[in-house]
Amino acid sequence: MAEATKLIHKYLRHDKKFPHVWCPGCGNGILLGSLIRGIDRTGIEKDDIVIVSGIGCSGRLSVYVDFNTVHTTHGRALTFATGIKLANPKLNVIVIMGDGDATAIGGNHFIHAARRNLDLTAIVVNNNIYGMTGGQYSPTTPYGAMAATSLYGNIEHAFSIAELAVMAGAGMVSRGTVYHAAMLDDLIEKAILRRGFAVVEVMSHCHVQYGRRNKMGDAVDMLRLQKESAVRAEKAAQMSEQEMRGRFTIGVLADREMPVYTEEYEKVRKAAKEMMDGGRKAEGEEAKAQGKRRKRENEGQARHAEI
Amino acid sequence: MTAKRSPGRQVLLQGNEAVVEGALAAGCLFFAGYPITPATEISEVMSYRLPAVDGTFIQMEDEIASLGAVIGASLAGVKSMTATSGPGFSLMQENLGFACVAEVPCVVVNVMRGGPSTGLPTNVSQGDVMQSRWGTHGDHPIIVLAASTTQDCFSLTLRAFNLSEKYRTPVILLLDEVVAHTREKIYLPHPDEIEVIDRIRPNMPPDWYIPYEDNSRGVPPMSPFGEGYRYHVTGLVHDVRGFPTQRSEEIVGFMNRLFRKINQNFFDIQQIGEEMIEDAELVVMAYGSVSRSARRAVREARERGIKAGLVQLISLWPFPRQAVEPILRQVRAVLVPELNMGQMSREIKRVNQGQTRIETLNRIDGSLIGPNEILTRLLRM
Repeated sequence: MAEATKLIHKYLRHDKKFPHVWCPGCGNGILLGSLIRGIDRTGIEKDDIVIVSGIGCSGRLSVYVDFNTVHTTHGRALTFATGIKLANPKLNVIVIMGDGDATAIGGNHFIHAARRNLDLTAIVVNNNIYGMTGGQYSPTTPYGAMAATSLYGNIEHAFSIAELAVMAGAGMVSRGTVYHAAMLDDLIEKAILRRGFAVVEVMSHCHVQYGRRNKMGDAVDMLRLQKESAVRAEKAAQMSEQEMRGRFTIGVLADREMPVYTEEYEKVRKAAKEMMDGGRKAEGEEAKAQGKRRKRENEGQARHAEI
Repeated sequence: MTAKRSPGRQVLLQGNEAVVEGALAAGCLFFAGYPITPATEISEVMSYRLPAVDGTFIQMEDEIASLGAVIGASLAGVKSMTATSGPGFSLMQENLGFACVAEVPCVVVNVMRGGPSTGLPTNVSQGDVMQSRWGTHGDHPIIVLAASTTQDCFSLTLRAFNLSEKYRTPVILLLDEVVAHTREKIYLPHPDEIEVIDRIRPNMPPDWYIPYEDNSRGVPPMSPFGEGYRYHVTGLVHDVRGFPTQRSEEIVGFMNRLFRKINQNFFDIQQIGEEMIEDAELVVMAYGSVSRSARRAVREARERGIKAGLVQLISLWPFPRQAVEPILRQVRAVLVPELNMGQMSREIKRVNQGQTRIETLNRIDGSLIGPNEILTRLLRM
């Protein structure tokens, strides 16, 4: 307990009035805890960390934590993070998004940030629903599920966010749940330390807007479901497709050494400087050559004059 | 001739290229953009100039992302800009509002082409004048400048950066396709000849820093991320600490300061150009490429004995009311030629309050209004 109190004092904002906006039993609180523990383990100074969040329940996280924080526009968190990181690569930029935030309105930004492999940490809290606006279906709402805008059952098929990130080229992709909190601490720590674009999909729950409509019980029931549905990556590799139906893999799903955007851009800067210097040198040589020509001509004229 | 050798240099540049020169002179080190006609040259030139000075160019996935990245880079302390045209400018409205509310300095260049929608991509227009004022939702102050020459493209880009840094606000620079693509000789001043303004940074200890606290200027000092002043930036209406608020007095205090910081500095922002106004009976009020046609028309009208004058609007928003009003009172009639259905003339009529006759000359076919068209109208007025 003492340890937790110490972390709370160190990382939560004292001048921000609590309680937070989240419903009792929400997974966002557990994620907030994991995020703080994960950051604490990396040993990175608070001044060197930027938390960028989007819009929605998860987006509110940034206001509570004592870092450099930006609460951006809906879906655009990664674009702001891109600018921050490129302008000051020394900063560790962690982006918090929801499932609708990252893969619906911000879907384009998500795949392109992954493709660039810019050194960012992207945490996507997936609760299968738009919670803050009252439970409309999102890109991760399962087929057939009930939502405020799919009262006859959802006819769209869900994205798998982690797999999307793998295919789009992210350097590191992992998935955890808010039930497996200790593991989530670990995954977040790894993602922050990993150079390149590191995605952590956090399976969470919204018992208020999603669970209630789909008769899935309260927060505890939904946490239990996470425990039962999650299969560790090592074990999942040995299971058949049949056995994996209705379950999902947790752990590190992809960890690839790939060129990081900022390092690649250093090459661009070097090439640009060489080109500009080359141009300047060529100009200089041209001027020198002209000078020599003129001197020779002058000397020649002088000789003529002597003769 | 004993003219002192000027320290700058004369160059032949296109309007879009001059924008880049102005930005670099202002200290811009970050550009994010998305290809679009007729603004693309700005991206292209930025992409090879910026890395050579340790700046950063990035081509984003769309214009929404471009302005997002620009705001992010500015928060990290780097002067940033983007450039686009109509369709892209429409996409930027969302984050433009964010930059207004979160008070993040940045410059957005909009090279106007024919609209609405995809419109006339390669043709000239001035159809985004009202969008530049009211494009993003909600009440907000904004600064908009309009360039009419290649020299303007340089000096107004520099000025746009200076105003944005001074007042912590996005500044929009409107070019039109003709201004952007006109190649002419301009004078690039030496760095010693120009004034570059940087945002004021906090100098108090971080514990004392209240990021959105009011002061006499209405512009709070701004710290880049990573220097110990940890604070919250949000698009929500916020209190002086930057935290979201729904308390009436805090909302009103915030919104009032947002407007006050522009309004109380109106005379610093206001900029118009005048030609032969002193004894003018007829005045042409124009901006952008049209003001060049107007200048020629006014000179020719003078040659024919008509007392004509020109007012070139340079700061469009806030509307340069204090400078324009006395001229409206003094003249017999005003002609407002513009490449739209009458956007700026509407504002001029509002300021005029029916006192002087205002005539409009509108062209929306993607071609420039020529001097003859304006002259013909002046002869009839």
